[in-house]
Amino acid sequence: MRLAGGVLPKVCMCGTHILSLHPQRKEEQRVKISLSINGTQHEADIEPRFLLVHLIRDVIGLTGTHIGCETSICGACTVLLDGKPVKSCAVLAVQANGGQVTTIEGLAKDGQLHPMQEAFWECHGLQCGYCTPGMIMAACGLLKETPNPSEEEIRHGLEGNICRCTGYQHIVDAVKYAADKMVA
Amino acid sequence: MIPTNFEYFAPATIEEALQLLDQHGEDAKLLSGGQSLIPVLKLRLAAPTAIIDIGRIAALKQISVSGDTIRIGANATHADIARHAELKQHCPLLGETAAQIGDQQVRNRGTIGGSLTHADPAADWPAAILALDAEIVARSSQGERVIKATDFFVDVMTSAVQPNEIVTEIRVAKPAQPQAAVYLKVPQAASGFALVGVAAQLTLNNGKCEAASIGVTGLGPKAFRATTLEAALRGQALDDSTVSAAAAKADAETADALEDIHASGDYRRHLARVYAKRAVQAAAARA
Repeated sequence: MRLAGGVLPKVCMCGTHILSLHPQRKEEQRVKISLSINGTQHEADIEPRFLLVHLIRDVIGLTGTHIGCETSICGACTVLLDGKPVKSCAVLAVQANGGQVTTIEGLAKDGQLHPMQEAFWECHGLQCGYCTPGMIMAACGLLKETPNPSEEEIRHGLEGNICRCTGYQHIVDAVKYAADKMVA
Repeated sequence: MIPTNFEYFAPATIEEALQLLDQHGEDAKLLSGGQSLIPVLKLRLAAPTAIIDIGRIAALKQISVSGDTIRIGANATHADIARHAELKQHCPLLGETAAQIGDQQVRNRGTIGGSLTHADPAADWPAAILALDAEIVARSSQGERVIKATDFFVDVMTSAVQPNEIVTEIRVAKPAQPQAAVYLKVPQAASGFALVGVAAQLTLNNGKCEAASIGVTGLGPKAFRATTLEAALRGQALDDSTVSAAAAKADAETADALEDIHASGDYRRHLARVYAKRAVQAAAARA
């Protein structure tokens, strides 16, 4: 279908409106940012309201970082920003300008799983797997701070990550397994 | 879950940030770590037209201990404070409180200045800041003023900070007995916010309580000093019956108690009394 003047119709999110008929919105500010993701430098021209998780998934195309609750509770979207775990749904992409981001895709090296990934595999630290990327990134952040954590420290460190399948015990086992392996 | 449009500014200095605040007035919001503001923007509970990101102002991130004064820059994150060795030595209550906020991801981004200004009635910092009788420094283009912790919290989500001001620093006088302190809370299971949180800083002398400073959060519409409880401890030996009787007054300073699906007002009052007793005993045991 073509509208008069040859404008291609775009359907609004509600599915019934045609966007070109909506009133014109105020022009959006765009900001140029540059950041490293998994060691590769990326430039992006984005609206400042854009969230870091949207940049990672929708612009860069790295969909290993999951969106769970989108209310900064569940931790599925956890990535490392300048080496520290953060919830990428609670960080504006502009706040990460100039920073270094590591996502789950950045952990394995030369086809070798990162010890934390291997540990989740070995200890059955996942069932459905939806929380796993965030869980692994948070656990990596925890071990940077506390290389040899007690069970209590692991549970405290992962308070920001929710798993609805496992009951957490295997996740705690996995973090302990990875800690032992990384210290050795 | 995407915020409404806004114009974004990332000033490099406090002066530049203050100028932007004057320019945009009440339409602007300050962004520091964003752990309170970004969720609010996403839920569109707030739709400021300008966001002034003060998170890149390095001068606001310093933590220093000199003489009797501890200075914490408003942009210091909870994680910065939790792991700061000098603070552990001179005022462990700060780190102990910081380590109980939210979760590690939130602590890595969220800042003390942002949290205090947000003035959530169930936040953890207010209890400690009150117990330490801290001062909060706020700057506007007109100059600087120092706000006492007891004057800082005004009402639910309302602090004494004016729309043209930026909190720059939190000042704490080194406690006489740094170790005689504790922060205990009952976290709401899902959010980690305090159903009730009690911070205590004591000064003991020959087994008697010379001074007690107790901050209570989560109970009322704003955090407060439990002054009736403090007075009941002053000059007393901290035996079980004295502490119990004093702690029974832990909720005396608030006429209103918060109520929600997680806890009734009466239950919160009960928790405040129980946790006040535990906090005083734990702080005394550490002295």
